[in-house]
Amino acid sequence: MTTAFRAPRRLPRAKRTGQPHARLRALPLAVAVALLAATLLAGVLVGAAGLPAGGVLKALADKIPFVHVDSGLGVIDQSVLFELRVPRALMAALVGGMLAMAGAGYQGVFRNPLADPYLLGAAAGAGVGATLVIVLVPGDPGYGVPLAAFAGALCGVCLAYVLGRTAEGDGAATLVLAGVAVSSFLAAAQTFIQQLKAEELQRIFSWILGGVGSADWDQLALVAPYALISTVVLLTHGRLLDVLSVGDEEAASLGLAAPRVRLTVLVAASLATASAVAVSGLIGFVGIVVPHVVRRLAGGSYRVVLPLSLLGGAAFLEVADLVARTATSPGELPLGVVTAFVGGPFFVVVLRASRRQVGT
Amino acid sequence: MTVRVRDLEVSLGGRRVLAGVSLEVPAGSWTAVIGPNGAGKSTLLRAVLGLVASRGEISVAGEDSQRLKPRQRAHLVAYAAQSPNLPVGMTVFDYTLLGRSPYIPHLGRESARDRSITEEVLDRLDLTAFAARPLDHLSGGERQRVVLARALAQQTPVLLLDEPTSALDIGHQQQVMELVDRLRLSDELTVVTTIHDLTLAGQYADALVLISGGRVAAAGTPEEVLTGPTVEKHFDARVHVTTGPGGRPLLSLERP
Repeated sequence: MTTAFRAPRRLPRAKRTGQPHARLRALPLAVAVALLAATLLAGVLVGAAGLPAGGVLKALADKIPFVHVDSGLGVIDQSVLFELRVPRALMAALVGGMLAMAGAGYQGVFRNPLADPYLLGAAAGAGVGATLVIVLVPGDPGYGVPLAAFAGALCGVCLAYVLGRTAEGDGAATLVLAGVAVSSFLAAAQTFIQQLKAEELQRIFSWILGGVGSADWDQLALVAPYALISTVVLLTHGRLLDVLSVGDEEAASLGLAAPRVRLTVLVAASLATASAVAVSGLIGFVGIVVPHVVRRLAGGSYRVVLPLSLLGGAAFLEVADLVARTATSPGELPLGVVTAFVGGPFFVVVLRASRRQVGT
Repeated sequence: MTVRVRDLEVSLGGRRVLAGVSLEVPAGSWTAVIGPNGAGKSTLLRAVLGLVASRGEISVAGEDSQRLKPRQRAHLVAYAAQSPNLPVGMTVFDYTLLGRSPYIPHLGRESARDRSITEEVLDRLDLTAFAARPLDHLSGGERQRVVLARALAQQTPVLLLDEPTSALDIGHQQQVMELVDRLRLSDELTVVTTIHDLTLAGQYADALVLISGGRVAAAGTPEEVLTGPTVEKHFDARVHVTTGPGGRPLLSLERP
């Protein structure tokens, strides 16, 4: 039945091999991995305690199986390194990677490069959850806020999805509108709750402004499984998002069940967003800027954008956190402020550079 | 590879767009669906593709189209939309490769065969030189050929083209129609196009189906369908019909 297509008379052999097609190439991948490794290392080496770099490197090497090195670090230094710096560096990378990858996923689903991981109410939902715990649970044991923020983020997205499904009309656009409605409703609810207990405003705002300063191994263990699941799902859906980029109808004519792909990617990206929001509060900018930069530098296929956003987002937030804790040392800047402060000008530079390159 | 439609009925948003539409497209033939704006031509194609809910029978190559899964249907019917979405920045090669989607496992990746078929198609349509070019750097005629390339890469026996020439100048219209005809003959494709230009439809199609007000108003050979009275009745246009080469009708507008 499919043999109706006849082979052409001649095939130009020389052209058969190297047609450029969308796939992740070794060089950009290596650059991104190296960038992440370097920023992670910087994140571990730099800090208020002033640990000796050599000692830190030796202590890290000591953790490699079958390698034994005497780091010369004292017990306190060891504990600063492994209970504060390492989990914090890992958490910054995880949050940045999740937000950037989720942003790329949302952009693919909505076929809009300006879609944001918070588009469907994840941020406002998480805000309600976190505020509720801060206001209602006086002696918060530490995991209450992350859990509530995680649940709140997912509830926000679910609410937007259900609302968007019940309304008539074009799938993606209705969903975005539903997200806007849910976000503003939940933001109002959050404001209302925080007014109930004005003395907690400081804590609520410091949560909203975002940061990974409180990261520890327990928090990492809490969100790592979700982060892993959504990473696997999103990275395997790159090609399908490329097919979806021709729109639902044409994608359907290519045999794709567009609603199913959209829902799967939305769930995975929302899970990634929720795990990031749960442990870091609201950090803007990463989800839009990083995928955009990746697109400009390495191409628009989601098979490239998703993995490179994961790595690039991790490296970006690692640097941002480094700035957050060193710029006004011994004080700390909110991470969300730094991402916007660092990311904004950087974004402009990339825009200008790529415009010159394209020559438009 | 026949396309058969019987008593097709489609409602969109509570409004009946098509009613009692029947047509039969013999294997290897070219049928042009003509009709005034809003008559339901595109809806007919979309119903055959299973993109809109419909009542009645639609069969493609003996298979009940409404029962096929999208992926199975995509092995039988390829579709070029009237105004296709061309993702910004995507290269001609990658876009054409999308036509291989129905053959690629859901979470898998394309095989070397998929890539070589894509290269063959680009070569046949003289697009090899454009392979690495982004879609947004193409002219209208090139773009239409690329959309056709994607449909061909799907290697289906049936090709549905929605207004393939609507955005093209007269030279490119002719080129695209000649290309479709050449491919139809060499690959024994069954082609259904909607088309506005009646003369163009009459020159290339084996059969015409005139849809008007959601119903089949006339069907048959171009000479049978494209008569002055029929065109005047359904298009509200005054035309002068002459007989061109091969007995095919040529239409020219007359000022009332």
